[in-house]
Amino acid sequence: MSLAIATNVTPQQNWLERLGAGHIILAVALVLYPLVASDFFLTQIGGYSLIFGMLGLSLMLLAGYGGMVSLAQITVAGIAAYAIAILGSNNSNVLGFGWPWWLAVPFALLSAALASALIGWISVRTEGIYTIMITLAIATATYYFAQQNYAIFNGHSGYAGIRAPAFWGIGWRDARPFYYLCLGLAVLSYAAVLYGSRSTFGMTLQAIRDNPRRMRALGYHVTAHKVFAWALAGIIAGLAGVLLVWFNGRVSPGTIGVDAAIDVLIIAVIGGLRHPIGPFLGAVVVVLMQTFAIDIVGAERFNTLIGMVFLVIVFVSPDGILGLWGRIKPHLAQESLRPGQ
Amino acid sequence: MTESFAANRLQSSGAYALELDGVARHFGALVALSGINMRIAAGERRAVLGSNGAGKTTLFNAVTGDFLPTSGRIRFFGEDITDLPPHERIRRGLRRTYQISQLFKGLSVLDSIFLACRGVSRRRFSLLRPAITDVNMVQAESILNAVHLEAYRDTLVATLSHGQQRQLEIALALAGAPRFILFDEPAAGLSPTERRDLVAILNALPKHIGYIIIEHDLDVALRVSEYVSMMHNGRLFKEGTPQEIEADPEVQEIYLGGKHG
Ligand SMILES: Nc1ncnc2c1ncn2[C@@H]1O[C@H](COP(=O)(O)OP(=O)(O)O)[C@@H](O)[C@H]1O
Ligand SMILES: [Mg+2]
Repeated sequence: MSLAIATNVTPQQNWLERLGAGHIILAVALVLYPLVASDFFLTQIGGYSLIFGMLGLSLMLLAGYGGMVSLAQITVAGIAAYAIAILGSNNSNVLGFGWPWWLAVPFALLSAALASALIGWISVRTEGIYTIMITLAIATATYYFAQQNYAIFNGHSGYAGIRAPAFWGIGWRDARPFYYLCLGLAVLSYAAVLYGSRSTFGMTLQAIRDNPRRMRALGYHVTAHKVFAWALAGIIAGLAGVLLVWFNGRVSPGTIGVDAAIDVLIIAVIGGLRHPIGPFLGAVVVVLMQTFAIDIVGAERFNTLIGMVFLVIVFVSPDGILGLWGRIKPHLAQESLRPGQ
Repeated sequence: MTESFAANRLQSSGAYALELDGVARHFGALVALSGINMRIAAGERRAVLGSNGAGKTTLFNAVTGDFLPTSGRIRFFGEDITDLPPHERIRRGLRRTYQISQLFKGLSVLDSIFLACRGVSRRRFSLLRPAITDVNMVQAESILNAVHLEAYRDTLVATLSHGQQRQLEIALALAGAPRFILFDEPAAGLSPTERRDLVAILNALPKHIGYIIIEHDLDVALRVSEYVSMMHNGRLFKEGTPQEIEADPEVQEIYLGGKHG
């Protein structure tokens, strides 16, 4: 992988050097962003990009490392969101156990991981385009089930009145705290994926992507490794789902519709699937477009515009924005990113 | 021949590394393998010869479980493994190489061998990065040296030459205390020097490790095996020492043609 950040790791580097100039600049910029951004830019742009970046990251983990392209990541996030609504409190008078957030969140993440593992277990028999088809079928089926089931999902209206927690004297739905909450969890997920890519399990996943037959001939239970990857991706998607429902205060079948599922795929592909930073880049582009392009080109032409941007990026650079970056990087590296002597 | 094997069926013991009884494999109407009876003692080194399409690779696939046999039983060190999935057979000490290299193009050479070592040990699901001192990492380093790939330790597999990829194929099969190895034409496409290296690697294997090697070149087969089986049209039709096989008129006619005569 040719990337501008965190490459060429040699043992004599200290931790600051190993982190890479790119990572440090990015981290400082993201931490200082609230100093210049309005509340709208903090949440609608910043928070949303980080949340959808995490959804894209969960897809990148499956697709980039595991070769399994899923359209069901928003479904998994939705399951965590519904779990928060049902286990915690809401104002829909259907279900609502009133659990505190610190109990509801682990259970929401657990349900997301289990649901994701189940979706993975169903779809690991398939490959390539068929994985996309079967996960799309699962996403669509879940959407319609949620819409028609009133006992658990409360039908098409779903749940509203869900509140983000308040502790340490902070209301975590307020613009700044919410942005930092999203940033913290996004960085945590990103770092975990980046570290995990070189772990034993990360390597087994990439090896299975490259050659599952050989992995069997080395003693690996390929299906078990794939399903475990789905469970891990489910935790990240679940975290995104929790943030989403705290931010919106509501969850309904619309949250987990097919268009949202496709948004996640577009984000991951536009950003690039070869490095965990890719989905976050893609999320910023798509969220900015969704927020501002609608005003410019109108709602009807908006999907045409997204589709065209998608086509152009995939056409110019199959590796998404990351691929473009990789092409301009050699010049950058010579001019500014070279470690000083 | 079939009857005598059937009669011996119940007498199988751990003294044999591999026992095949009436193994057959059909692809639709095509009979790729039929009535294969074979016994290979622990530590024995056997060459299998036969023209292209004779069914040699299909035989390996049946033993490792890559493709299950249509009928017949397979025992590995006395245990019936016919119905086991491939990874369970591997964990019992069976290994193989592929005629067409099956490697991980996105991984480095060392990481590939590390995964081969880890595949038959514990912590396959570890979410931690392996330390340099990890027992499987240490094993991987020593296998790396054994197959002379130490200069390519951190090279991406996709960028290796054909000869280096063939060496890595062998390295993957040597990882993690194998008891029996199936080599599918490891010498194909190698230069004379690389062939010499290969013969040296095979001869340097610990004596308790037996193997079957598919090899077209009788001279190479002679140097790495004590016994030869001939295959033709999905059947085993002759067994003997390399010298006996070379001198056999039927073998000359069917397989070797005028080449060695
Ligand atoms: N997966 C497969 N599907 C259909 N036919 C196959 C398959 N694998 C092998 N065969 C056929 O089985 C026969 C034996 O093939 P193989 O075992 O590869 O021969 P060898 O290794 O001796 O050259 C050939 O006729 C081949 O075409
Ligand atoms: Mg063959």
